[in-house]
Amino acid sequence: MNEPILSVQNLTTAFRTSEGWREVVRDISFDIHAGETLAVVGESGSGKSVTALSAMRLLPKDKARSTGRILLEGRDLLTLPEHQMRAVRGGRIGMIFQEPMTSLNPVFTIGNQLAEALVLHRDMSWKQAEAEALRLMERVRIPSAGTRLHEYPHKFSGGMRQRVMIAMALACKPRLLIADEPTTALDVTIQAEILSLIAELQREENMAVLFITHDMGVVAEVADRTVVMYRGDMIETGDTPQLFAAPGQPYTRALLASIPRLGAMAGSVTPRRFPQVDAATGVATEGAQLPPPPSATQPVVKVSNLSIRFDLPQGRVHAVEDVSFDLHPGETLALVGESGCGKSTTGRAIMRLNTPSAGEILVGGQNVAKARPAELRALRRSAQMIFQDPFASLNPRISVGAAILEPILTHGLLPKPAARERVSQLLEQVGLSPDMATRFPHEFSGGQRQRISIARALALDPQFIVADEAVSALDVSVKAQVSNLLMDLQAQRGLAYLFISHDMSVVERISHRVAVMYFGEIVEIGPRAAIFGNAQHPYTRRLIAAVPVPDPAQRGTRPAPPAVEPRSPIRPLDYVPPKRRYREITPGHFVMDEAAA
Amino acid sequence: MNRIVRAMLGRLAGMALVLVIVATVVFVIVRVTPGDPAAVMLGSDATPQDIADLRSRMGLDAPLIVQYGQFMLGLLRGDLGQSIFLGQSVGQALLARAEPTFFLTLFSILIACAIALPVGVLSAVKRGTVFDQIVVTLTMIASSVPSFWLGLMLIQVFAVSMGLFPASGYGGPDSGFFERLQHLVLPAVALGVVNSALITRFTRAAMLDVLGDDYVRTARAKGATERRVVLKHALRNALVPIITVIGLSVAMLVAGAVVTETVFGLPGIGNLVVSAVLRRDYPVIQGTLLVVAAIYVLINFVVDMLYILVDPRVRL
Repeated sequence: MNEPILSVQNLTTAFRTSEGWREVVRDISFDIHAGETLAVVGESGSGKSVTALSAMRLLPKDKARSTGRILLEGRDLLTLPEHQMRAVRGGRIGMIFQEPMTSLNPVFTIGNQLAEALVLHRDMSWKQAEAEALRLMERVRIPSAGTRLHEYPHKFSGGMRQRVMIAMALACKPRLLIADEPTTALDVTIQAEILSLIAELQREENMAVLFITHDMGVVAEVADRTVVMYRGDMIETGDTPQLFAAPGQPYTRALLASIPRLGAMAGSVTPRRFPQVDAATGVATEGAQLPPPPSATQPVVKVSNLSIRFDLPQGRVHAVEDVSFDLHPGETLALVGESGCGKSTTGRAIMRLNTPSAGEILVGGQNVAKARPAELRALRRSAQMIFQDPFASLNPRISVGAAILEPILTHGLLPKPAARERVSQLLEQVGLSPDMATRFPHEFSGGQRQRISIARALALDPQFIVADEAVSALDVSVKAQVSNLLMDLQAQRGLAYLFISHDMSVVERISHRVAVMYFGEIVEIGPRAAIFGNAQHPYTRRLIAAVPVPDPAQRGTRPAPPAVEPRSPIRPLDYVPPKRRYREITPGHFVMDEAAA
Repeated sequence: MNRIVRAMLGRLAGMALVLVIVATVVFVIVRVTPGDPAAVMLGSDATPQDIADLRSRMGLDAPLIVQYGQFMLGLLRGDLGQSIFLGQSVGQALLARAEPTFFLTLFSILIACAIALPVGVLSAVKRGTVFDQIVVTLTMIASSVPSFWLGLMLIQVFAVSMGLFPASGYGGPDSGFFERLQHLVLPAVALGVVNSALITRFTRAAMLDVLGDDYVRTARAKGATERRVVLKHALRNALVPIITVIGLSVAMLVAGAVVTETVFGLPGIGNLVVSAVLRRDYPVIQGTLLVVAAIYVLINFVVDMLYILVDPRVRL
């Protein structure tokens, strides 16, 4: 083969800490050729992003240093003078980042930011650059590019912003595109669109792509070759199909074994624990099937015709529209859909964290909206919530023990010594040690913090828990462990979960029933097996089809996702939503009647 | 632009309401002051006849609601009332004193910004260096120095010892415009330096905040020069808090005119208020309060408009 576009040789990057230099990336070597995609995969802290930033020399000079060689078309980037490096950045190497929401400058128009890249590298006047920017926006298929060119980033959705970032990265026809978790923050349907866009542009330009991700499903979809990283070391590298078929290292085997795979639950009625993976050998033992929930008498939560609307200067957002469902003791109902579909708003309404515009929510037969302060306290006891971000949802100045203790004392459930005893028990139940109670949140990892949040939610011995994307921010192996914990606690305590998530493969494992939300409405609801095995609504099908399949052998066998024009959720103030009708497909499986829509 | 016009109209309506409330409060304060204002103003050796005359001149003998109506109607016509002692209307008195206050405030804030913006930005960019540490130390010292003390020191050095600038006052009645302005140099430097400390700190903090943002990294990944990254991408985003603190500084300068103008012997609005209070010239106190309040509201308005110009996401 001819000379690689990028050749990383023995790259070691160290960060300055109070104890001296600490190596965060050790002795990494790989090549990427023109037209090829190399995935660097690993969990958080594996050093994959640092590798990319080292290649761009974007790490702060005084806090990080790199040794080894990073050859771009034969030139060593690590020894290049700064002004030549600037010509490389954005000129020879384009880069896109994980956070499309914050990666664009909020105070300049999209057109200005796109044109800037062209003016910097391609010797164009601003006028020429704007014309070219328009062409670039059309190329990444941004609808009505002509007017959107003059708009600011806050008017763009996450997916559209990532398209702008791609246009910007590709503006100067780089030889190498570095994509650092480009779809992690996006909905799964948008992710599929962005991935196919990158692949298409790569083919046209014969670019090399360095694709950084934690998602083995995405790796299987995009990468020709894969580098697996773990705590700064390159564990394994190889052709993607081979790596998936015959992983050489235990860590790679463990990583592959922990991936939730859509379809793994076919033929099983109740939820099943994730496989237990032995980190030393990478051998997985299939998880146990959970017992069916007790045959329900009374639902613990009953939501009837719930509507939540927000008025904006531009109109009205029907965040939740005519939503009804029951949640029974011991049952997990998953609420799925993409961001902005109203699933979190629904969960928050049940906790009375916002105010419904219409409809009724009964928790244990008690109307949530009409509860008086004393009744509300009782409600809050029986209903608890776990949030997505384990870093933000624990107060950094309160010890973990005190955080779990607080609700017990607030509700006066136990005297203080007994309450402390209870905290120890709770920590043990969520798989932590009781002596951790005196520590503070920053001393824990993300997975441990989420366990602490669960212990805090359990402190009041609730009947049900709203888990709002509770495992979404966790690394794949930790995600499996925390999901297993939730399932175990459910089996022991008969807890009911409203499991709000966009992650279809976790939902498939954990839930008894699934409700699919789209633009504030439930378009399909039913037993988990029916939703995944016999999806009726086109949106449900699209959602399931968009989930990346962690199997390189299946690449290209699935049709490309249709690009769906994003719809504005804002309606005129006098908009009256049509009354929806539902068809019952099989007992308990309802789908919105499209004929009436 | 439509967005800006709409926000401006909304704000202007709000401002009008604030001013009506301020005017009402001022009206009430003067009426609830213990004792008869007329008697208080004229002193102990006034005859009841003098007091009664003054009361009717001030309109204090009419029913309260009528007084209020007349007061507000006067304001609508721009009539702030008559000074008791100056023999001129309050409006005339204020106008005659506006010049030194206006230029002193203007020069002070210009000097403050000229120091604070470059130093603050540079200090953030060079965070942790010796330069940064010196800046942090100096701003701490400067913000603890009272401006009048610094002013006195400047007078001592540049006026008394070196004779470069006048020490006090605002020139005679027939001195020219530029001659008058010379009198403002030392006070403006004193106020500018002291005010620059706070603005420097805010600029530094705001820049440190945005320099870590993702879009700054994007700009670098685009291959922009460091200068462009800092001055275009970062500074523009840091401007909202910086504008806020500059606006606050201007407001404090106007309110602080009472002290500065006394120290430097400047015949400005601050000076007018002090003499009016000493002589219990109620209409002047009342009028000045209103005008200063109006200036505050105006500064806030300007700051809000600047927010909109600087940040397209701001909605008012």
